[in-house]
Amino acid sequence: MKDTDIKTLLYAHFLCIFSVILSVLIPSFFVEDFSILDTHLTWLCFCSLFVTSINLVLYLVPKPNSSSKRSSLSHKVTRFLKCCVYFLVSCFSFHVIFVLYGAPLFELVLETFLFAVILSTFTTVPCLCLLGPNLKAWLRVFSKNGVTSIWENSLQITTISSFVGAWFGAFPIPLDWERPWQVWPISCTVGATFGYVAGLVISPLWIYWNRKQLTYKNN
Amino acid sequence: MRLGSGAFAAICVAVEVLGVAIFLRGFFPASVRSSSRAGLQAEPPAPEPLAGASSNWSKLPLPLFSKAVIVLIDALRDDFVFGSKGARYMPFTTYLVGKGPSHSFVAEAKPPTVTMPRIKALMTGSLPGFVDVIRNLNSPALLEDNVIRQAKAAGKRMIFYGDETWVKLFPKHFVEYDGTTSFFVSDYTEVDNNVTRHLEKVLQRGDWDMLILHYLGLDHIGHVSGPESPLIGRKLREMDGVLMKIHTALLTKERETLSPNLLVLCGDHGMSETGSHGAASAEEVRTPLVLVSSAFERKPDDIRHPTQVQQTDLAATLAVGLGLPIPKDSIGSLLFPVVERRPMREQLRFLHLNAIQLSRLLQENVPSYEKDPGFEQFMMAERLHGNWVKLHLEEDRSGALLNLGTKVARQYLGALRTLSLALSVHVAQYDIYSMAVGVIIVLETLILLLLSTPQVLHRRAELEMPLSSPLFSLLFYLMFLILSAIHVVVCTSAESSCYLCSLPWLVAGGVMVLVSALLCVIVSTLARMVMDSTSLWKVQQSAAHPCSGWSEVGLLLLLGTVGHVLSLGASSFVEEEHQTWYFLVNTLCLALSQETCRSYFLGDDSELQRCFHTQPGTVGANCMQQACTACEASKPGQASKGLPSGARGGHTRWAVLAGPWLVLACCRLLRSLNHTGVQGAHRPDLGHWLTSSSHKMELSYLAALSLLVIFMLAQRGCSPMSKVALALGLLGVFCYRAAIGNLLFPWQPANKGISKGILEARFVYVFVLGILFTGTKDLLKSQVIATDFKVKTVGLWELYTGLVLLAALLLRPHNHPVLAFSLLIQTIMTKFIWKPLRHDVAEITVMHYWFGQAFFYFQGNSNNIATIDISAGFVGLDTYMEIPATLLTVFGTYVGPVLWAVHLAHFLSAEASSDSAMGCACFCYALICSVPVATYIILVTSLRYHLFIWSVFSPKLLYEGMHLLITAALCVLFTATDQTGHARPWTKMDA
Repeated sequence: MKDTDIKTLLYAHFLCIFSVILSVLIPSFFVEDFSILDTHLTWLCFCSLFVTSINLVLYLVPKPNSSSKRSSLSHKVTRFLKCCVYFLVSCFSFHVIFVLYGAPLFELVLETFLFAVILSTFTTVPCLCLLGPNLKAWLRVFSKNGVTSIWENSLQITTISSFVGAWFGAFPIPLDWERPWQVWPISCTVGATFGYVAGLVISPLWIYWNRKQLTYKNN
Repeated sequence: MRLGSGAFAAICVAVEVLGVAIFLRGFFPASVRSSSRAGLQAEPPAPEPLAGASSNWSKLPLPLFSKAVIVLIDALRDDFVFGSKGARYMPFTTYLVGKGPSHSFVAEAKPPTVTMPRIKALMTGSLPGFVDVIRNLNSPALLEDNVIRQAKAAGKRMIFYGDETWVKLFPKHFVEYDGTTSFFVSDYTEVDNNVTRHLEKVLQRGDWDMLILHYLGLDHIGHVSGPESPLIGRKLREMDGVLMKIHTALLTKERETLSPNLLVLCGDHGMSETGSHGAASAEEVRTPLVLVSSAFERKPDDIRHPTQVQQTDLAATLAVGLGLPIPKDSIGSLLFPVVERRPMREQLRFLHLNAIQLSRLLQENVPSYEKDPGFEQFMMAERLHGNWVKLHLEEDRSGALLNLGTKVARQYLGALRTLSLALSVHVAQYDIYSMAVGVIIVLETLILLLLSTPQVLHRRAELEMPLSSPLFSLLFYLMFLILSAIHVVVCTSAESSCYLCSLPWLVAGGVMVLVSALLCVIVSTLARMVMDSTSLWKVQQSAAHPCSGWSEVGLLLLLGTVGHVLSLGASSFVEEEHQTWYFLVNTLCLALSQETCRSYFLGDDSELQRCFHTQPGTVGANCMQQACTACEASKPGQASKGLPSGARGGHTRWAVLAGPWLVLACCRLLRSLNHTGVQGAHRPDLGHWLTSSSHKMELSYLAALSLLVIFMLAQRGCSPMSKVALALGLLGVFCYRAAIGNLLFPWQPANKGISKGILEARFVYVFVLGILFTGTKDLLKSQVIATDFKVKTVGLWELYTGLVLLAALLLRPHNHPVLAFSLLIQTIMTKFIWKPLRHDVAEITVMHYWFGQAFFYFQGNSNNIATIDISAGFVGLDTYMEIPATLLTVFGTYVGPVLWAVHLAHFLSAEASSDSAMGCACFCYALICSVPVATYIILVTSLRYHLFIWSVFSPKLLYEGMHLLITAALCVLFTATDQTGHARPWTKMDA
């Protein structure tokens, strides 16, 4: 592992953070009265869109997963379709998990679903970009000592921090402060976003600090 | 001294219960009391002040009203009279309030908003303590000075109809009474007809001075169907008719006697949005108070808006109106509008009497009363009053005198307000000394538990407790001497009363011995730990090696418990504690699901196999072994299509993978059954839908289905005898619910007569006792004759089954699914999670604790006194019996924690690999229950001036104390079942 790898990782993560910031700034130019709290759903859509596109760009440009072989167009298309299906499945399963956690079943369905979408954007999309639609690889990455590169390591950290952020985001809901951001699912989406950004910031630093101890099987 | 870890934990929890009891005694303040006991000697009333001389007016003023009728409507909320509902359903009362001869007020009731303390507040004018809630069901005679007693002493004849709490509170006070019980909450017509039927006759007769009517119907409607029910309107209209009848009758009477009568309409407490009461929300606290009398006649342009007063003000007002001495403990101030039409001299006299009474109470309860602003105001007012009387007696009848009088009255009113406030603040004073002693005991036990945790977690069956050496050490005697000295100093210099000081010296000395002994044990344990830290370190190293740190689930359990304990500091998290538990249990399920995924999709099989080789006995393990081989043989995703042996394994494997998700789904369903807490309580839930009368058939089918599931799941581990008993018992439960009208038999859709179901309930009790007896017998057999562990396991399961049957009897029918799901989740977790994944004993214990807590809330409980289902205490009893009713109510409330803890005992005795597992579990259970209690006690002590201390934190404190008591009982049970392993070593040691 070289320092240049870490540098690339850092730049990639800066781009991701940038996309999150852009999703706050840009829509205000062509959506009236745009703010994260009032037009929360719009923001969710934009944020999801921006982060996904940046991830796709990153996937297409630097090609961190060197193992991806040249293959036919049909293979690529099926792979892409598979990715889409995986994304949708993850959205729906997140939705189910939120309902199991106590989100209302019949009311606020769109809100809950968009929260599922944004959480999928923060977790599933990077996984799909990096590992492809390969469940076995996912399980490997998210188990002890299964990481084989700094990219996977950072993926692990950002994903877990997004989940933890969303999890912590549910804490203020029962409090009686009567703030607008305590409404379901705003605190959770914001928590997930903060978790994602924090993961993006932390993972290069963490990898940098621990670069001596980190030894990957394939590197 | 050597102790089994279970016995050690049980002793610690017992000591902790003692500490919590002392703390609670100090925390819940005794009410403000006058030192001279009421009724012993009638004190002469204070004479009128007169500057330079003594007034000749030393008797009490004459009564203002000749007859008084008090109509108390239970749970009458202020908007039922003053709001839109009042205008719609109570036209006559609305007329009286708006234009008639009346004064109306919004009387604020202090929490706990439960009937008995409220009646006491209305009649004594004092604030009953919070602990009075506990005694609400069993109301002993009221000992404090009150209006009723004074009226009886003055020879007034009183008649009472209504809630029999009054008859118990004031025995032999009424010349005629007819008490109705609030036994059946579902009855809301009969209770009120029983009151109204006497009205006609009584109103015609003139041989009474005071008539008290207490209507319960409105409260019952609230409990059954909430404040928005159409029944409310009907009931209010009925009450309006009753008021009109009384008012006209009083007016006719007045024409004969020519002296005004008084009609009082009041409520004891309000009604929350869900229809219950007990807490401190605005809906529960605000009650109307309307005084109607021809003495309050007004001009058409005189608009009187309801002003806000305290409920305690009524006692003083009634006493003044009826020419009685004001009750000694009253902290209320006279409602001035009642007397403002009287001559100035009389007005001032009334105010003076009230102020004298309040200032005396202040002198007796507050040491530094002279500095109190209210007292200073009172002295000033009294001096002015004296001057005024002097001028008045000098026949000076100018307008200036009237102005001066008004000024004096204003001064008095200010003094009354300040005095009343000072006294009600004083009620909230804490007995810090007792609280501190309680906290110290609890903390010492907790530290002791924490210090011995490393030993227990490393599977030491017995703990070395240094008990004899510290008991004879110098430190112990020094500590004891110092503490005794502190005790003497505190008690002799105490400004306010202390509970510990009022105890006999021997008992207080015993507490001091306990405190110092605990301290010495802690010190010597610490010293020993430091001395063998090196050896302990080695033990830790060797123990820590194989498991290589915390697993995710273990970490989650630790962090979740810590997080829950910390969350108790915020009032919202206390109110919504169910959310915390649901959240934690869900997260636990997800973590478990991740663990199952990992162990089945990735190559963790070797580890599992190793576990199974060490214990190949159980059936589940065999299944799992096959699952593992299937796992190796076939790729994931194709397991079900594998070899024939792999097919069965594949099924189990998928069941294991689906297990946590099934549990999650069950939890989600239960969660929507009962919405609890503050924010969610008013939302419609399945429970309300089921209990509404139009869905009785659905409820019956659901209850029958749940009882069937309970039978299927509970009969597995029983002996044939118990199976039959369980089946008959569950049948009896259904019959009982059908008999009292909650459920319907499918072949009998029409509702027939409602009985109390005594026979059916007792039928079930017989089977409960039978199963419990069989279980105990098996346990004893396994202890006396050392047979194989199977007998013990069966015995524990039977004990568990007996409790399940009892719970099925006590829980309301819409909660039967909770019980069924509890059994289902226990089965799923046992079969598919705990057995295959081989969790640690400590982890399993903590999971049981979490689920037990979650089920406490699934059942509809909350940290609010109002949600306790008191009806559980009346199942199968035809009269109120205190001890069985209390025990049944407590069990009915804590079904979840108790059942899960007993299940834990059974699970460990069936599955555990080592003998020390039960002791370890007992220890963990004790620890995990005492950590929140200890932390909460400290939190409450530091938050004792918080705004929500009485409405939010105190009920939770009572719940925590009760929970600790139950934990102590459970720990004793654990230890008792665990005795087999340790009985022999002990006898050896003695020999």
